[in-house]
Amino acid sequence: MARFIQEFTKGLWKEVPPFRFVLGLCPTLAVTGHVSSALGLGCGVIFVLLVSNSLIATFRNFIPSKIRVPVFIVIIASAVTIVELTMEAYFYSLYRVLGIWIPLIVVNCLILGRAEAFARKNNIILSIADGLGMGLGYTLSLMFLASFREIIGAGTWFGIRVMPASYIGFELLQRPPGAFICLGLILAAMNFISMRMEKKETHACAR
Amino acid sequence: MNNYILMMVTAIFANNILLVRFLGNCPFVGVSTNLDSAIGMSGAALFVNVLSSCITWMVYTFILVPLELEYLKTVAFILVIAALVQLVEIILQKVAPALYRSLGIYLPLITTNCMIFGVAVLNVQQKHTFMQTLVYSIATAIGFDLALIILAGIRERFSLGRIPTLFQGFPVALITAGLMGLCFYGFVGIGQ
Repeated sequence: MARFIQEFTKGLWKEVPPFRFVLGLCPTLAVTGHVSSALGLGCGVIFVLLVSNSLIATFRNFIPSKIRVPVFIVIIASAVTIVELTMEAYFYSLYRVLGIWIPLIVVNCLILGRAEAFARKNNIILSIADGLGMGLGYTLSLMFLASFREIIGAGTWFGIRVMPASYIGFELLQRPPGAFICLGLILAAMNFISMRMEKKETHACAR
Repeated sequence: MNNYILMMVTAIFANNILLVRFLGNCPFVGVSTNLDSAIGMSGAALFVNVLSSCITWMVYTFILVPLELEYLKTVAFILVIAALVQLVEIILQKVAPALYRSLGIYLPLITTNCMIFGVAVLNVQQKHTFMQTLVYSIATAIGFDLALIILAGIRERFSLGRIPTLFQGFPVALITAGLMGLCFYGFVGIGQ
């Protein structure tokens, strides 16, 4: 149980995907114009990670290691197809907004990365914890970036006005170039926080 | 003919695949630290993009559509692309060793490049004809190469300036890309 919690929580801060490792950058930049689309893509990624991690962990002893990457990719692509068809059937407006980014979950390095680094070596329960934690961390990071862009860029959050009515909005952040600049600033802020933490640790050691 | 030229200009400048559509950003930030590797990567990307677009278009039109298996396109395309990259690698090694050496290490990286897969899907989604597929894949790859080489050229100059420690590495590269995106954004309005 302790291992389960440990594997689950590492995805939330210590190894949080798009900020700590710059993996899966393209959707991070593309869908974060609005919080709702970020949440939609995040849910898709969580589902695909859960399916791929649990299936790969189940069959890890049967997959020959020489052809493991093609096998992983087929499993991931099948899960993505399920997400795509489900979204088209039940969440059509979200499906229209996300468009090409749903099939592109297949080439999100995060998912193949977890299969390769974790699910292929661990049992099914730990792999589910890992997939859930990483997926949740990824979704929260997407939503954080999207909140920043939507609140400052348009003055709304989930489409609901949060800034005073006189607030015009900093258009640039909603546009494509703003995505790069925002992500750059957030990475710099994360550097700042981890440098601060390191300094504290070395101070504590010196004492 | 005019349509094709318009399509090329739109895909290269106004809808630049990297800076406006955000496809293929992993190599964009990863490989752009020096000009030589950026040029190697752009050659490989152009080559594989055109080849894979044409082949996935054929697979879709001649195999998936007649059999009414359109929903399998994600699985089919990713397999075709992965196999194609392997095949290109093997053939180049045998036929053109010099070219293989210059593209060599960038070829495997291409499989996980979202641009290749994204362009293949876009071609099918926008119902391009074969000619349009060919032109569109060439144009998007040129747009990718242009942005990649410009960013690499700028990043080489970083070693001359003093960058605050907090911004070293990825942050400054992303902000530079953002400023470049702003320049490319000026082209929006050309074409459709």
